[in-house]
Amino acid sequence: MTVTDSQKMAYVAAQAADARVNLQFETEDGMTLNMGPQHPATHGTLRIVAQLDGEQVVRCEPIPGYMHRGYEKLCEVRTYPQVTTLINRIDWLGSFANEVPFILAAEKLMDVEAPPRAQVIRTILFELSRLGNISLFLGDLGIQLGGITIGFYAFRDREFVLNQIEAATGGRFHPNFDRIGGLKDDLPKGWIAETHRAMDRMRRLCDEFEELVLGNEIFQARTRGIGVIPADIATSYGMSGANLRATGVDWDLRRDACPPGLSYDLADWKVWTHPDGDSYARTWVRLQEVRESTHIVDQLLDSIPAGPIMAKVPRIIKVPEGEAWVATENPLGEMGYYVVSKGDLVPFRVKIRSASFNNISVVPWVTRGVFVPDVITIMASLYFILGDIDR
Amino acid sequence: MSELIFAIELAYWQQTLIKVLVAAVLIPTTALILGIVFLFKMMSWMQSRMGPQEAGPRGLLQLAADGLKFLQKEDIIPDRADRFVFKAAPVVVLASTFLTYVILPAGPDLIIENLPTGIFFAMAVSSLSVVGVLMAGWSSSNKYALMGGLRAGGQLIAYELPLILAVMGVVIQAGSLSMQDIVWAQADGSMFGFGGLGLPFVITQIVAFFIFMVAIQAELTQPPFDMPVAESEVVGGFHVEYTGFRFLFFFLGEFATAFAFAAIAATLFLGGWWVPGIDPNSALANIVGPIALFVKIMVVAFLIFWFRFTYPRFREDQLQRFAWKYLIPLALANITITGILVVVL
Repeated sequence: MTVTDSQKMAYVAAQAADARVNLQFETEDGMTLNMGPQHPATHGTLRIVAQLDGEQVVRCEPIPGYMHRGYEKLCEVRTYPQVTTLINRIDWLGSFANEVPFILAAEKLMDVEAPPRAQVIRTILFELSRLGNISLFLGDLGIQLGGITIGFYAFRDREFVLNQIEAATGGRFHPNFDRIGGLKDDLPKGWIAETHRAMDRMRRLCDEFEELVLGNEIFQARTRGIGVIPADIATSYGMSGANLRATGVDWDLRRDACPPGLSYDLADWKVWTHPDGDSYARTWVRLQEVRESTHIVDQLLDSIPAGPIMAKVPRIIKVPEGEAWVATENPLGEMGYYVVSKGDLVPFRVKIRSASFNNISVVPWVTRGVFVPDVITIMASLYFILGDIDR
Repeated sequence: MSELIFAIELAYWQQTLIKVLVAAVLIPTTALILGIVFLFKMMSWMQSRMGPQEAGPRGLLQLAADGLKFLQKEDIIPDRADRFVFKAAPVVVLASTFLTYVILPAGPDLIIENLPTGIFFAMAVSSLSVVGVLMAGWSSSNKYALMGGLRAGGQLIAYELPLILAVMGVVIQAGSLSMQDIVWAQADGSMFGFGGLGLPFVITQIVAFFIFMVAIQAELTQPPFDMPVAESEVVGGFHVEYTGFRFLFFFLGEFATAFAFAAIAATLFLGGWWVPGIDPNSALANIVGPIALFVKIMVVAFLIFWFRFTYPRFREDQLQRFAWKYLIPLALANITITGILVVVL
């Protein structure tokens, strides 16, 4: 088998790109440390190239792309119902939340609206995936900082949330449950009471986290004043979600720009912000968010209206010509889909805006002059999912 | 004292042979006991897990199985490693552990060598392990290993001084550096004029006990002071390139050293092999002594591992600040007050 010229060129280009990154950081005094693609702190295949002076970071750059799966392109050859299977895998810890903005965008183009019952259940599942995602952050932060016990507590209690997602949708990790015009199925029997109990477990996990980690002097010494991101820097880098709220910006898409199809207005809840903008603030805001989510779920569970769970939608879905942009407040931050349709079975173009890519783009700015352990703290507290960076 | 073991006369070579055999069996056994009881079982229970279940009764043989697994692994030496130093490093670490066991008394006659400067010797040889760690870090030709090794070296300066200063308080009160004499001093002491219970130095030297516990946590590179081996930062640090048997050496060294330091703490502060109510001169003390010492060691080791599983990790500079600003002044104040009180009373 002969190697074609284009393959040769691609190989040379890849080698050159790699060499450039390495060369940029090689200096006479100092050391270049490649953290990753396989490193315990990157939970995935993120590569962090850091130029060090002793233990101090002179320059640090995250290099994503080792797990790029080309979902935007793949979406163009999948029919609309098939797309949800793909985009489930973007933020794999809060999978259901990935489906919702795409489905909402398709609903917007088709001009259908899910019945009220489906909307409420959709919102509940959306919040459950947020709990499943952020509770793992609480554990992971402990593991990254050396206190592994809280990690196991988080895994233990997250199981109750995953069980509820599984009971309702059939999938623990990748529910693939949201449909254009409603949901695939109704809730199983006894699910509401069980979910209330799971919410109690989550609240107890929050209390445990507060006692074991957040109140710990060592934890505070490691996180307070580390990785401070001011509000203007955060907004100029396009950060969103809890990372943005930890800088004091009071912005939550669930409250400020909730797209039709989600019923957050039925619940009484609060958006938490923290003025500091450091790693501690990001942790604190996420902890409060978990608590707030459990309250949202508790209230919505008691106010599920009766009725159908599916609107009248044709069996073969053809989306009329047009363009739509829908963004929701996902566990990691703002996630949006820009869907362009040419009136076909498949989308003409899908642009995915995922939160983690913007959130970690601030890393070179925020890691200048910190120590190597602080890089770990900052990366852990910025909280990225690699699938959400690379798509 | 050590010429007589259970009143049997033995030639010098016979004694030496017995001592070597005891040490060779004892050190892996203690490492296994600590590993299974605390690292596997207690850690699992604290983290609401089951722990190992399958190997042996209640999974108690899991660590032995893991040890056997290490023996089967391929012995990999990195291409650019400094081969001689790379091979020597685990031996140096384990040698320092072996030497620490020399001065541990388990009964009035059960001691490998009752050195008159026992505790001083223990402090000196235990810091030898850092040389092995630095050797491993440097010779691996790995950036993470190098960082881990240098962190261990930096940590040595921070914790070794408080460790020795904390011991000084006990030494002043006992009036001797010999481990046996320190036990005897605690057995002879009296609390408020009542001599039946003796005087474990943890009562009078509670500050020194606290400093000692913090410092051995750093010596053993356990959380909250595990920066040299921090998994999420330097991916295991100095032993990142070691596999199989050589890694097992590091592992054995770590846990056997934990046992040795728990034994030193039990001897210095909890009375060692001495039990109230048993005449320390009788032959019975030679039988009860090891058991009492083991129980006390387990109590201390429980404290060590409890900290390990609870706290997050310090940063290297924070450890330096903590040691120089708080531990060392506290230890110096403790020595001063102890010295004054010993002279006055």
